[in-house]
Amino acid sequence: MQYALLIYRDETVAQGETEEEQAQVTRDYWALRSEPEMIGGAGLHPVETATTVRSQDGQLLITDGPFADTKEVFAGFYLIEADDIDRAAEVAGKIPAVRFGGVIEIRPVIETPS
Amino acid sequence: MIEQVFRDQWGRVLASLIGYFGDFDLAEEAAAEAFAVAARRWPSDGMPDNPAGWLVTTARNRAIDRLRRDRVLAAKLHLLAVSESDDTMRETSGIPDERLELIFTCCHPALAIEAQVALTLRGVAGLTTEEIARAFLVSGETMKRRLTRAKTKIKTAGIPFKVPPANLLGERLNAVLAVIYLIFNEGYSRETGLAAEAIGLDRVLVTLLPGEPEPQGLLALMLLHDARRNARFDDEDLVLLKDQDRSRWDWEQIAEATTILDRAISRARRPYTLQAAIAALYTEDPPDWLQIAALYTELADLTGSPVMNLNRAVAVAEADGPAVALALVDTLDLGDYQYWHSTRAELLRRLGRDTEAAAAYREALARARTVPERRFLEKQIATLSPS
Repeated sequence: MQYALLIYRDETVAQGETEEEQAQVTRDYWALRSEPEMIGGAGLHPVETATTVRSQDGQLLITDGPFADTKEVFAGFYLIEADDIDRAAEVAGKIPAVRFGGVIEIRPVIETPS
Repeated sequence: MIEQVFRDQWGRVLASLIGYFGDFDLAEEAAAEAFAVAARRWPSDGMPDNPAGWLVTTARNRAIDRLRRDRVLAAKLHLLAVSESDDTMRETSGIPDERLELIFTCCHPALAIEAQVALTLRGVAGLTTEEIARAFLVSGETMKRRLTRAKTKIKTAGIPFKVPPANLLGERLNAVLAVIYLIFNEGYSRETGLAAEAIGLDRVLVTLLPGEPEPQGLLALMLLHDARRNARFDDEDLVLLKDQDRSRWDWEQIAEATTILDRAISRARRPYTLQAAIAALYTEDPPDWLQIAALYTELADLTGSPVMNLNRAVAVAEADGPAVALALVDTLDLGDYQYWHSTRAELLRRLGRDTEAAAAYREALARARTVPERRFLEKQIATLSPS
């Protein structure tokens, strides 16, 4: 079955102390893409670039900022195909954000009707 | 008689059906139907030689018939097509015991702890939803919702029906033991019958995981506590261990526990096993307080739990006197813990510091959860001389 691994992290916490370390972390994110379970995913630009759209009085309201004003923000996701939640959790545990205090939310993906 | 067989076989039958259908709800419905058929037939036809096999076969056949009729569920038939050729499965043939898989599914950490407890009692121990609701003082509706939500999550989130691989087994087994001990303690503080259920669940684990010593340690621990159940209350009043009528202890059960404990502790000194060793020492008269204190030190190191240090202080009080023990207790950061206050109170009382003792008892009283505990604490306060 498919799982989305949603990455939440505090963007003010650097992922690595030196530039070299940070470059390595970036490589680790990319390396995950070659896990056998991987289907896809995306890393997102910082939350200060977020824009929110909602409907108000029948009008589309566009505002600056994220949906929720929290310390940990949604920073990206991977989409994987795994046998069960234990395997999904194993892949989630390899996401570099976890090493820097981030949290991964695992969500099963609704199957597309065949 | 049939009821007892039902209770004994429910976990095995359900586990086998979940393994077969890969669906908790479908398996539960099928099992319930087979048990209903048995309740009608067995009293007149007699019980089959292999009740579990009979129940599983009947449940499978009924469920397959129903699935065939039900076009909405036709999608599930491709799964059945594979296993259906397995026609050799007859009433007397053995069915694999898949209760272990079921236990690990029910106690999966992706489920909330209340859900783990409820699912284990429903799925493995075979309690009804109503019985579980009564034991945990919630309405039947609430418990039904809790179970339904948990079963939905198992299915949707892909919680596996399998024994965890070696790299996860230790940690997952600890989670299972924690659920069982929680069930036991729920039964221990109030008379709910849950203590016996917990012991029964752990016996299943001990049988199915003979290579693991810690389930045996927990079994010994629960048997030792449970052996004192008839002496723990005088009417409604709590009786302290040292004041209990030892002739009312179940010595046969204590002997069984000690045998199990000896086997377990020779293989690994893990937390439940060490607690069982302490509980066994407590059954001696007088207990070896120095050895008990040493075991609590070992436990505190192993678990990092300050509660173990509190227990150690209780043993130290017997070995070295209340002043040494009080000094130990006061180093512990357990101000939210009822037994930290009651332990301090008891030590202060023994030191003749009645006013402080009364204040500490009142702190404990404010945190006490059960009526017998509250009554016990009130009695202690009443015996202190006001300053």
